Amino acid sequence: MSDDPLETGGHRRAGQIAFALGFVVLAVVLVALLGDQTVWKNKVKFFAQPRFWPAVGVIGMAVFGALHLKHLPRCRLSHYDLREARVWFEAVEYALWFLVYVWVVPIAGYLPTTLVFAPLLTWRLGYRSQKMLWISVIFAVVVVFKSVLQVKIPGGLVYEYLPGGLRSFFILNF
Amino acid sequence: MDLIFSSLDILARWDVVLALLVGSVGGVLIGAIPGVGPAVAIAILLPATFSMDPIVGLTVLLGIYGSSMYGGSIPAILINTPGTAVNALTTYDGYPMTTRGEARRAIALAYSSSFFGGIFSVVCLILFAPVLAKIAPMFGSREIFLAALLGIILVVTAHHRQTLIAAALASFGIWLNTIGLEPVKYTKRYTFDQSWLSGGVNLIVVVLGLFALSQAFILLQGEDEKVRLTKLRGSFFQGFRELARHPRVAGVSATFGVIMGMIPGVGEFTAQFMSYTYARKTSKRPEDFGHGSSEGLIAAETANNAVPAAAMAPLLALGIPGEALTAMMLSVFYVHNVIPGPGLFQNRMDFVVALYISLLILNVLVLVFLLMATNQLIKVVKIPNRFLGMCVLVLSFVGVYSLRNSATDCALAAGFGVLGFVLKRLNLPIVPIILGMVLGGIMEVKLRAGMARVKTPFDFIDRPIAMILFIMIVLVLILHFLRVWRDYKQRKAKQWSTSHASISFATTMYRRRNSLLKARGRKVRGKRSRYYPRSTDKN
Repeated sequence: MSDDPLETGGHRRAGQIAFALGFVVLAVVLVALLGDQTVWKNKVKFFAQPRFWPAVGVIGMAVFGALHLKHLPRCRLSHYDLREARVWFEAVEYALWFLVYVWVVPIAGYLPTTLVFAPLLTWRLGYRSQKMLWISVIFAVVVVFKSVLQVKIPGGLVYEYLPGGLRSFFILNF
Repeated sequence: MDLIFSSLDILARWDVVLALLVGSVGGVLIGAIPGVGPAVAIAILLPATFSMDPIVGLTVLLGIYGSSMYGGSIPAILINTPGTAVNALTTYDGYPMTTRGEARRAIALAYSSSFFGGIFSVVCLILFAPVLAKIAPMFGSREIFLAALLGIILVVTAHHRQTLIAAALASFGIWLNTIGLEPVKYTKRYTFDQSWLSGGVNLIVVVLGLFALSQAFILLQGEDEKVRLTKLRGSFFQGFRELARHPRVAGVSATFGVIMGMIPGVGEFTAQFMSYTYARKTSKRPEDFGHGSSEGLIAAETANNAVPAAAMAPLLALGIPGEALTAMMLSVFYVHNVIPGPGLFQNRMDFVVALYISLLILNVLVLVFLLMATNQLIKVVKIPNRFLGMCVLVLSFVGVYSLRNSATDCALAAGFGVLGFVLKRLNLPIVPIILGMVLGGIMEVKLRAGMARVKTPFDFIDRPIAMILFIMIVLVLILHFLRVWRDYKQRKAKQWSTSHASISFATTMYRRRNSLLKARGRKVRGKRSRYYPRSTDKN
């Protein structure tokens, strides 16, 4: 049996029913939309129909998803499931951090945003020592340095306000 | 000979040499950090390799893939935490050796076994290359379709006790691949009239979300572990001497690794468990297994390092990836218009041989690096998990955004990241989604092309290789259903014995209670007969 406290009696992991149910609902909705979202072409062989492979996918999702749901141990939703769902939603917080970072980079520029984002997230994670905050800044400058990784990220809008030579230097490298 | 010279010519470039160094050292570092692993690293680095030459990009990725398992054995042996998932079996015998003060011996054995497994599989691959080159052109559309179908079935059935959800997730992957404009008639499929969906869902975005971002979320939500490292003193060369004392275990384990690596969807885990079971069954001291057995450590490490090179065989010869990492590498080939498959063996054999030789050099480089730098390298284990999560999150952004400078891609990747996080929390497989996406695309194209030339479905399997593949598919399915039936019967038998045992237990308890009551009754009556003599006695 697993050591995971969310594992209930070794039979069912908390949150499994919720996931399986959600998956089947999604699959059924996609099957229902098959006629609307795909096309059936006349005088085209069955296997070459544009609808054929999406149908294989969504019908497979629905059938296997439903069988998986059926084979799960029957159990009512418990407080373990709610606890697990809360953990899932906590992950959404970090996804939002990521999306805010994505949204700010084209405006404020890659390096300045990363210089703020890395220590801020480090702080949020509970690291309060100056050592860790400095390490996060160094990580942002050294490891994620745009010119080192050769990443193609457009310069920030704020760089437009910089004087001539400095502006092109920043757009190119930061 | 000309072929080898032209292959060496490809490799004798400063950027390829640099890629070899970066890949091998980077892979070891990434493997040594528990919680990152080669899948995360490859997902993050994948977009960066698009701007490189195919040989350079692939060498970096291959280096990370091949050398991460060397690095993964370090935390597995020293702190009982596998650096990569495939090093889990190393903890069984590696860590007990550390607890009895033999950490250096364990690490030396792990290095030498990994090196032997890696070199053995590359040599096998080089020896097989002419055979593969002859067989590969015999694969037409139908054969490739059937091989891809076999691959997807093997991937699904390899997830024992999770087959249904693995099949559902593989179907999800197939559906994801169909989103956007259909390749022949250019009709829209599941775009919901959204222009950003017309181009389809990018494989790299899905890979980055499912592997890298989800792992970042896991790390960010976890807790930092306090690590106490054992100091290692002395030379690591003694491992080779000890390995030479177990040639049978090493040879058989490496062979298992090569065979399992070539079969799509089977991979390191099966190879390791088969080797480990074999080593234990044939050992003179099976009781040592799990308590610091050198044979157990050799079996686990040799088998897992023999897989990466072997896994390249179906990818290069047929264009069919066997697992997630080779599926990611396939996208690098596609980006550079190098299409893996029979044509690659016919037209670019020097490229294929150059890849094999680079794998050989990689193993040597990794070993040299490890023999020199292990004492410094083990310090990476101390990096706090959540801080690592922050680093992976930022690097994932670099990976996704540099693809197309699209914020939509980032949002999609975040969505897949949450999905991957949920799947990992529930212990559900992620790999079927990726293989469904990759193999689904291959199957759609090949089925159309194959069916265009046949009149009835039976014509589809009238060629020898197609027939062999079809028989293999049927056999795999029969074996799978037999295993399911056996499991079902065992479960039923267990349920029956449990319920029967409880009935017997209740009956025994009832009889025991009755006999106790009877005994107590006799005792009480006996006492009473002493204190209250019978009325007849009074007279």
